[in-house]
Amino acid sequence: MPDLEYDVVVVGGGPAGSVTAKHAVKNGARTLMIEKRQEIGSPVRCGEGIARAWLEELGIKPSKKWISNEVEGARIISPKGFVVTLTEKMAGNECGYVIERDNFDKALAEEAAGAGADVMVKTSAVDVIRKDGRIAGVKARHMGDRFDIRAKVVIGADGFESQVGRWAGIDTTLKPSDVNVCFEYTLRHIDIDPKYNDFYVGSCAPGGYIWVFTKGPDSANVGIGVQLSKIKSGERGAAKMYLDRFIRGKKELAKGVAIREVAGAVSCCQPIECTIADGIMLVGDAARQIDPLTGGGVANSCRAGKVAGEVAAQAVKADDFSKKFFQAYEKGWRAKFEEQMYRNWMAKEKLVTLSDETFDKACEVLAEAKLDKVNTLEILRLIQRKYPELVKEFEDLIT
Amino acid sequence: MTKKPKIERVCCMHCGACVGCCPENAMTLEEVWVDISDRCKGCGICARACPAGAITMEGK
Repeated sequence: MPDLEYDVVVVGGGPAGSVTAKHAVKNGARTLMIEKRQEIGSPVRCGEGIARAWLEELGIKPSKKWISNEVEGARIISPKGFVVTLTEKMAGNECGYVIERDNFDKALAEEAAGAGADVMVKTSAVDVIRKDGRIAGVKARHMGDRFDIRAKVVIGADGFESQVGRWAGIDTTLKPSDVNVCFEYTLRHIDIDPKYNDFYVGSCAPGGYIWVFTKGPDSANVGIGVQLSKIKSGERGAAKMYLDRFIRGKKELAKGVAIREVAGAVSCCQPIECTIADGIMLVGDAARQIDPLTGGGVANSCRAGKVAGEVAAQAVKADDFSKKFFQAYEKGWRAKFEEQMYRNWMAKEKLVTLSDETFDKACEVLAEAKLDKVNTLEILRLIQRKYPELVKEFEDLIT
Repeated sequence: MTKKPKIERVCCMHCGACVGCCPENAMTLEEVWVDISDRCKGCGICARACPAGAITMEGK
């Protein structure tokens, strides 16, 4: 394989990579996206629940090819079984679709290719290329062939296990309290209400939650995230163990047949300090852009990807690949969701400390109340009325 | 000698959880396997992070 030369090389063919590639090529940059797996979108590492509102912002048309089910709302279920129902209206359009992530990722990659991007699968980046003090491409491997891909802009969209950023000297290291370890089954032949996605909180999933995301009338993704700092050393396969215990205790799920097992991990951190360097931008999981409360990453990755693609193309036109130029990306994605990430990280930091008893009391109050909208202040006030001791530390805020 | 991670290949789901958690950047997710370099200091975070329980720490 001869060496290649592009304006932009995108490492990673997930949603972050495909959206970045699409917007880079649409804006005039010659773009190549490489994906180490032999098939885009596979294996799936995702709960597959996504919100609906942001799709329009990015011009992604909902398609039967990748929508598996449409839900009306979400339910938060406490250890004793108090159920807080959040309708779509209350959640601010934050619930929506359960998708087929493999098909979704393929659709986005096809859009990038359709716009003119080149794509290579089963192609790994094994190092970055440095030239004149900046990142100027990646060393790649395809079927045993090694070659250079020289590029003016490198996009690191290489997921949770990101290497490209670390090679470029960008600090993406995570604390164990900012990582959730996940395991999931896709179950068939179970009894569920396909109108809702369920979230089970409390000690069933230490520092995380168990999700039941409904894929159809009798099937769902049943998965768990457990905070890594809550897993003891020597406790092997903790996430799977907690999930198996939960499923065994619920006969409507225990009777199911698993047609898929999914493993993975997500970051649940504050926005990291920097996602750029000379010649390189990080996008998606690689940039730790996951929502730290829900562990959802598809929306943020795509929204950041659009900005990254546009900025990459502008850089090519301006012939400027400096970190200074890429500040437009850094500022752009932060303007879209940095504040929400920070707020949700604060909320997560609080939630991981709550006992089962506290979850029960809070869910009991909220289950009785008829909320029109999810409003943190309103929630705290409602809890204060019945259990003032639970929200004592927020007194200043409430009164 | 410090302990080193051993990946049980028949259990590994190739998800990259260990790779992303490694504080030394000593692991890489290759096409169909996980590589561990000699930067590994034997901290064992990968064994805790592995969702499939595929990693044990060996040696002493």
